[in-house]
Amino acid sequence: MSEPTSSPATSADSTRASAVGKTNPMKQFFASPAGRSIGLVIALLLLVAVGAITAGENFMNIDNFFVIVRYASVIGVIAIGMTFVITAGGIDLSVGSVLGLASVVASVGAVQTAAEGFWPLMVFVSIAVGVLAGLTNGLIIAYGKVVAFIATLAMLVGARGLAELISGRSTQVVNNDGFLDFFRAELLGIDWVVWIFVLVSIAGWFLFNRTTFGRRTVAIGGNATAARLAGVNVKRHTVYLYMIAGACAGIAATMLLSRTTAGTSTHGQLLELDVIAAVVVGGTLLIGGRGTIGGTVLGVMLFAVLVNVFTQNNLSSSWQLVAKGVIIVVAVMLQQRLANREASSSG
Amino acid sequence: MRLCYVHRVIEDDHPVSLLEVRGLAKSFGSAKALTGVDLDVRAGEVHCVLGQNGAGKSTLIKTLSGAHQPDAGEIRWNGESVTIADPVAALELGIATMYQELDVVDGLTIAENIFLGHELARGGVMNRREAAQRTRELMKRLGHPDLSPSREVGTLSPANQQLVSMARALSHDIKLMVMDEPSAVLDSGEVDNLFRVIKELTNQGIAVIYISHRLEEIDRIGDRISVLKDGASQASNLPVKGTSTRELISLMTGTDMEHAFPEHVPVPDDAPVVLEVEGLSLGKHFSDVSLSVRAGEIVGLAGLVGSGRSEILETIYGHRKATAGTVRVNGKELKPGAVTHAVGSQMGLSPEERKSQGLLLEEPIYRNATLSTFARFAKGWLLDEPAERRATEEQMKALELRPAEPDRITRTLSGGNQQKVMLARWLIHGTKVLLLDEPTRGVDVGARMEIYRLIRRLASEGTAILIVSSEIDEVLGLADRVNVIADGRVLDERPAHDIDEHGVLDLIMKGSAA
Repeated sequence: MSEPTSSPATSADSTRASAVGKTNPMKQFFASPAGRSIGLVIALLLLVAVGAITAGENFMNIDNFFVIVRYASVIGVIAIGMTFVITAGGIDLSVGSVLGLASVVASVGAVQTAAEGFWPLMVFVSIAVGVLAGLTNGLIIAYGKVVAFIATLAMLVGARGLAELISGRSTQVVNNDGFLDFFRAELLGIDWVVWIFVLVSIAGWFLFNRTTFGRRTVAIGGNATAARLAGVNVKRHTVYLYMIAGACAGIAATMLLSRTTAGTSTHGQLLELDVIAAVVVGGTLLIGGRGTIGGTVLGVMLFAVLVNVFTQNNLSSSWQLVAKGVIIVVAVMLQQRLANREASSSG
Repeated sequence: MRLCYVHRVIEDDHPVSLLEVRGLAKSFGSAKALTGVDLDVRAGEVHCVLGQNGAGKSTLIKTLSGAHQPDAGEIRWNGESVTIADPVAALELGIATMYQELDVVDGLTIAENIFLGHELARGGVMNRREAAQRTRELMKRLGHPDLSPSREVGTLSPANQQLVSMARALSHDIKLMVMDEPSAVLDSGEVDNLFRVIKELTNQGIAVIYISHRLEEIDRIGDRISVLKDGASQASNLPVKGTSTRELISLMTGTDMEHAFPEHVPVPDDAPVVLEVEGLSLGKHFSDVSLSVRAGEIVGLAGLVGSGRSEILETIYGHRKATAGTVRVNGKELKPGAVTHAVGSQMGLSPEERKSQGLLLEEPIYRNATLSTFARFAKGWLLDEPAERRATEEQMKALELRPAEPDRITRTLSGGNQQKVMLARWLIHGTKVLLLDEPTRGVDVGARMEIYRLIRRLASEGTAILIVSSEIDEVLGLADRVNVIADGRVLDERPAHDIDEHGVLDLIMKGSAA
């Protein structure tokens, strides 16, 4: 009975709706993921301009660019893993400690001896330590029903202690030439450390945006109950997420091992804060449900450039911290402003 | 056929009512919550407001408490027209509201809860002794001198938490107390105490607006009654004495709704039993529930709020883990407490709280529609979003979900369209057993008819459907068979055409009393 009348109504409705969309391309653009990142790109360009003006040639040269990217790589790799965890509504405070632990385990005498003939063993060990720590975090959170903040806080403390026990609080020098040579080598004029960051970012972007794994991650962060009632195995997925975060910490540990040529229990102290700040500034919602790998990369770069600009101008690291704090607050406030505008324009 | 009731406002010789409401209207977007409500409340009376879910009771309360602003109409207080801008303004007038969801803070003590927001303090230093003293007086007035002011509220029973909420209202100088289904969380002894307290309040000249689903309570406590239906007053200020329960039920339900339900299609005798539930129990929520649904059949669970009907659905689905009993789909036993297993066995649930339990509101429609099936569309790990969009578009067309934009953000849809997204999810999934919990909650009347037709169509295509609704006429109108539920037990099971709404309410009241 309603059939004849329904089809004209349909077309009228949809044309009206799309017309509304067309009248406001700016608003639509800023609501899109790329549009949300545009603010970050602008901030980054501003910071580069500040660097160029204040430090001139010292800042604007290709070597300094690689200094910045190399610095960003370690934090960046961990931030990719953290983006998954935070998007799913979780948090992993333990990544810095796990990095320290992985660097220590991968550089103990026994492992280095065993790795003499086959240096990638050190990499495997380091990643395995990270995955194991993540597995532990995930199991405690998903099946032990401990909130992520507490569970990973415990891991933060515990892993650091374990690293101290294993290393005896002494620095373990890496003397595996194969390992060091590999990371010293370049490909197409670019460090392997940087390549790893690039590869992890691309893999992370792909996993996040193009796979069922990424879809589950966003769904759980958006509404865990709805995801569960739709048949998503939320607990199992939660464990995977923390394993990814741990694996990223393990990868970052090998990068740091090669850069410092030493494993120590103090590696990665307070790193979790830099990582979380970069992820959140990048546009991933701390409450979950929305995340962006591209934003995270931009967030990491923003902080890396900031550190470099301060160093180039011989400003104290204390001022760096103050500036970082300001950036975090301003960035998150701007994001909320945009998110609210988006919600009110669509609702 | 009477399509609407004669609008009755009984005028009386009282010169001034404490509260007069005239022509109150309120819309949320396109949804009309109130379309014309009239109400007179006198000092010292218990004025009952009746109505089904969605009749507009909550909106009325929220308007009186200052949480919502009316679009039209007048509120007069002591004969003077007033605007209630916010909850503080309501309290200043002397209107206190006790919501269904208790608004107490678990971690604070009784005294701290009562004086929350208006602490007894001098120069910022709390006067704990006076707070304790006044709390003792208030609790005594409420018939519970045994509750210590320093007791933490989280350790109290719901009934006692309600007392704290009431004491907080009384700590202000109030003239009108609005109570939203206060008996829903109480057992019968506690209800007696509640009524004693209400009598006490009215003796002191305080008026009470009492909202309840339980008609038998109104006989005991009420002075006058107003009935809401679909946001409008059906009758205002009826005296309790001289108004029959039957008349009230008719006023609440109306008679024109029956025609909205699609024709029943007889289920063939040889239709296989798809869902079999045996002796299912869940702690204190319900026990020994057995039922079965055949292919193409719609079975309804009729019961009041708190009867355990939603818990039964959720336990069948594995959202809650059964303490005893079995659930079988096509003869295969489901693992208790395993939703993934239920979904894998062709079962789907449209939950009671669509927004908090069903949908990813910030995500596009298609991602909600394929939340159970995106992995099936995917090639290995790789999502196939074009295929997801196509499948969603197809369902949107079939469900007449307009505008047909699968990329639209789900939050922007009306309640009816959001419900259609839930249905689309399970249609794409191809469920054989569909559990529907309150499928028309928050759905306006027009969209309801569509949802009813869709549910019936699904059944005629062979889906076994188990439906729960707090609107008994909806269960009776849609279902082929009905299980009447009260206090977590199945009281009766029979063909839907063998029983009417009065019969169901009768059974429930007798069952609850037993």
